[in-house]
Amino acid sequence: MKKPIALAALVILCISSAYSQLYMTRAGFIGFYSKTALEDIIAENNQVYAVIDLGKKNMAFSALMKGFIFQKELMQEHFNENYIESDKYPKTTFTGSYTGDVPPDGNGVYQIKVKGNLTLHNVTKEIEEPATLEMKNGKLLGKSEFKLKPEDFNIKIPSVVRDKIAPEISVVINIDCNTVK
Amino acid sequence: MLHAQDSSLLKMLNDSMTVHTKPFYVTGTFKAMHIVNMQTIEAPAAGSLTFVIQHRFGQLNSGIYNFFGLDNATLRLGLDYGITDRLAVGVGRSSYQKTYDGYLKYKLLRQTDGSEKMPLSVSILGTFNYYTLQYPAAEKPDLTNSDRISYTAQLLIARKFNRNLSFQFTPTFLHYNLVPTDADKNNVFALCAGGRMKITKRMSINVEYNYLLPNQVVSTPVHNSFSLGWDIETGGHVFQLVFTNSQSVLETQYITQTTGSWGNGGIYFGFNISRNFNITKKAKSSVKS
Repeated sequence: MKKPIALAALVILCISSAYSQLYMTRAGFIGFYSKTALEDIIAENNQVYAVIDLGKKNMAFSALMKGFIFQKELMQEHFNENYIESDKYPKTTFTGSYTGDVPPDGNGVYQIKVKGNLTLHNVTKEIEEPATLEMKNGKLLGKSEFKLKPEDFNIKIPSVVRDKIAPEISVVINIDCNTVK
Repeated sequence: MLHAQDSSLLKMLNDSMTVHTKPFYVTGTFKAMHIVNMQTIEAPAAGSLTFVIQHRFGQLNSGIYNFFGLDNATLRLGLDYGITDRLAVGVGRSSYQKTYDGYLKYKLLRQTDGSEKMPLSVSILGTFNYYTLQYPAAEKPDLTNSDRISYTAQLLIARKFNRNLSFQFTPTFLHYNLVPTDADKNNVFALCAGGRMKITKRMSINVEYNYLLPNQVVSTPVHNSFSLGWDIETGGHVFQLVFTNSQSVLETQYITQTTGSWGNGGIYFGFNISRNFNITKKAKSSVKS
């Protein structure tokens, strides 16, 4: 008497909620770039952790600020010590969801819109940016490019060097994820 | 419910990160390559060149006529270069006794953050000093070229305790080919230490003390070298304003030949300025992704 009702409820529950389809990487790429007449800044992190759930349309990123490698070591030291204060705030993280359908089988490139919370230098800001997801031979590739302002994250730039850093920093994300069992 | 999903994905990443991430080397133990006179464990990165000017005025107790020492000056110009991330080389010339110096500095151990796997940074430093000051032939007729040479060997042991406080302990060995009298030792030992305390993000106060073990420098009365410094960092420059009782900036000179005393105003005001340049293609070129 109770069993069929319970069984029916369970089946309905399974059909109505989406199930997880996770793709993850520990070697994702995030680079940020600034170009001014006085100086160019290039910083690249190849140890970005990222996970995308194709089933529930969620994603999360986590990266260590110390993992951003600059072409000039002194610049990297100043970045960590003075600007981003990585001893106090070691990570940058993002959690969010996306709109747009990405079927897990076959190969294809899909345009999506990602919305979520980016935490950097202990400041959390909601961002919404377009991105591309690509299914390629069972792997999930993700790409996005957008701009961020240092001031939005309470990053203080002294007036002496303000002209050496662009008002908006270009950010490039490139990840190559494998399925998680 | 969506938020619960978000944080569970992030937790999954952070748990994985805790397991897989290796510790990073600590950077910025000191802002410059000198505390005041003493060399720190810091060195230029591979392919990076640092130009340094070390300037000392005259003694503050030389009265208003000499404008409290500002009329007088002793200067060292130096270049420091990173051969690899661990090995650095430097050359310099001081006006004090017209001395040329060269050194090699090697990072044996580097402090890592997070885990306590490596709590200290340790470097070894070897210097070679050759003073070229000419004396009248009557005064020192037998002075040979080899007599003008002295060496330093130092073990630099440093720890960055937190973002503001770093400390370095430096046991030192000095060798002089020629010393003034038989009573003076050719091989001299000293214990040196120094530290810095950051007072703002880009400024720090430095202290340095060099303890010369007794009964080694006998013929002239000398004092232990004690110095205070104020560091200001802007972009690629570090300015260090210093007060010291030593007129010279080379180990073989300031550790054993400091005649000034803090007690009677034998203090020299001065500054160190360093400027960093990236000169090799590797140091300049962009990082490959």
